[in-house]
Amino acid sequence: MNDYSGKGVLCVAEARHGKLSSCAFELLTAAKKIGAARGEPVWAAVLGDGESVKAAAAELASRGAERVFAAKHASLSEFLDEAYAAVLTGIVSKEKPRTVLLPATVFGRSLATRLAVAFKAGLAGDAIGLEVEGGKLVATRSCYAGNVIAGVSFKRAPEFATVRPMAFPRAEAGAAGKVEEWPVELPALKSEFVKFSADDSGEVDVTAADRIVSGGRGLGKPEGFEPLRRLAKLLGAAVGASRAAVDSGWIPYKHQVGLTGRSVRPRLYMACGISGQIQHLAGMNGSDTIVAINTDPDCPMMKLATYAVQGDVFKIVPALAAEIEKRRG
Amino acid sequence: MALHIVVCVKRTPASTSVAVDSATGKVRTEGLPHGMNPQDEYAVEEALRIKEKNAGSRVSVLSAGGPESDEVIRTALALGCDEGALLSAPAFTGSDTLGTSHILAKAVEKLGKEKAPVSLVLFGKQSNDGESGLTAGETAAWLGWPSVSFVRRLPAVTESEVTAERLMEDGIETLKLKLPAVVSVTKEINEPRLPSLRGKMAAKKAPVSKWGAAELGTDASVTGSAGAGIEWGRLSPVPSRPSGTLIPGETPEEKARNLADKLKEAKLL
Repeated sequence: MNDYSGKGVLCVAEARHGKLSSCAFELLTAAKKIGAARGEPVWAAVLGDGESVKAAAAELASRGAERVFAAKHASLSEFLDEAYAAVLTGIVSKEKPRTVLLPATVFGRSLATRLAVAFKAGLAGDAIGLEVEGGKLVATRSCYAGNVIAGVSFKRAPEFATVRPMAFPRAEAGAAGKVEEWPVELPALKSEFVKFSADDSGEVDVTAADRIVSGGRGLGKPEGFEPLRRLAKLLGAAVGASRAAVDSGWIPYKHQVGLTGRSVRPRLYMACGISGQIQHLAGMNGSDTIVAINTDPDCPMMKLATYAVQGDVFKIVPALAAEIEKRRG
Repeated sequence: MALHIVVCVKRTPASTSVAVDSATGKVRTEGLPHGMNPQDEYAVEEALRIKEKNAGSRVSVLSAGGPESDEVIRTALALGCDEGALLSAPAFTGSDTLGTSHILAKAVEKLGKEKAPVSLVLFGKQSNDGESGLTAGETAAWLGWPSVSFVRRLPAVTESEVTAERLMEDGIETLKLKLPAVVSVTKEINEPRLPSLRGKMAAKKAPVSKWGAAELGTDASVTGSAGAGIEWGRLSPVPSRPSGTLIPGETPEEKARNLADKLKEAKLL
């Protein structure tokens, strides 16, 4: 097949606009588990431009990456599939990790495909679990709108996997790894970055949020999200939405949770006025605690919920916000 | 400006409410209604819209799968695509995304050589069964072409480049790619049309090519079960969550208080 042989788990950290994504710390946790099972080291790679790359690399080294490859170049200031894939292909070719983990985000999914083909390797997408079983790496993932769980095992090295955000806890600081500057050489590029526009900055991103307050058709209008935003702010939560709310134009797409939106796994998911279409459930049924607030006690979301509250969202949500404020004094 | 656009489509179950056969550890798909993966309809529509804006353009459809995938190629032909090819061979059975994308890339190359140079390859964001969303990127990598996945709009397509807006988790990125290129699109991009009766009739009789390993010149070391880099194990239904608690209370305030107690117990407040 191929004669690749390698050792080590490489985590590809996502840094956007100079900021390291916390998903990288989750990859480190997964990598440490695999590394411990096989007696192999854990490494990380981070790409970008400017001083932020150094800071990101130092942070990865402090959270358990024994070696961190830091690639700094003007053409890496924004994510460009081709450029990033070229640098990472170089790192994998030279350092020969057995396993490469990437976040299951647009960044990680896009990059993983180019890397897998470069090494004619297997790629498991959207892992929610990773285990070494009899020496073999097995990724757990869901498919068929979250109805089915499958184990995907790797048949040869290198092994590439994208890991769902929030599937693993974040690795804490306290280690002292080594940062190595990676020399960047780029091929002629056939794509260019034009611009980035954040659609509403300042809000917590649903993908990496550990609490989400989400609204659906039951909110009735754009202003229906206002009480949810107030509650989310109190909880430090992100605001999510069902496809029905997004399609009605009440809230931008980036808030959409579900099969055609983001998949989330927060510790707390509060579904307000969301009946629970299968496509929505597929994107959030891995949440730890689910609260449903709905007038219909028999809707799928109320059946799925850890805590179901029957009632009017516009009465329950403000009452809960008031209760939390009262308890905090 | 005449462009040659290729759309890759997949035949999948029409519903994702599937049952797992506990004896085989596989999803029971026999007898279930199947059709074109819903996300692929947006790719077909986008290809047709680009064709309609550029006189002399053509749209080819590819589908890798068993003989029954012929039906989804005809669905695309009924909508207005010009020609189709089914990529099917016993040697392809058991291919993972590495193998499937290799087969598709070989077919794109063949279309480019035999029909007209290919400018753009379009995919839907992901399939409704496997849900990986990886095939577009891997196909681009095999071709050595630039690619962009999860695109909500193609504001400009010219003879030499495409401008694409991709949906990132934190906003929208605009990129320019030199053609030929590969793009996967999301449902935000358009509203797919329905086939006309005439289109359906014509599609029934249209010739669909069938290409196997010999016609495509695929590499056996990356296709089929033997070439796959990963192996799917037994499938199982998602374990059901423990049944929940209905929060008691007469008034919204009382319910809010009782819910807050529960959240505090769970250390969420």
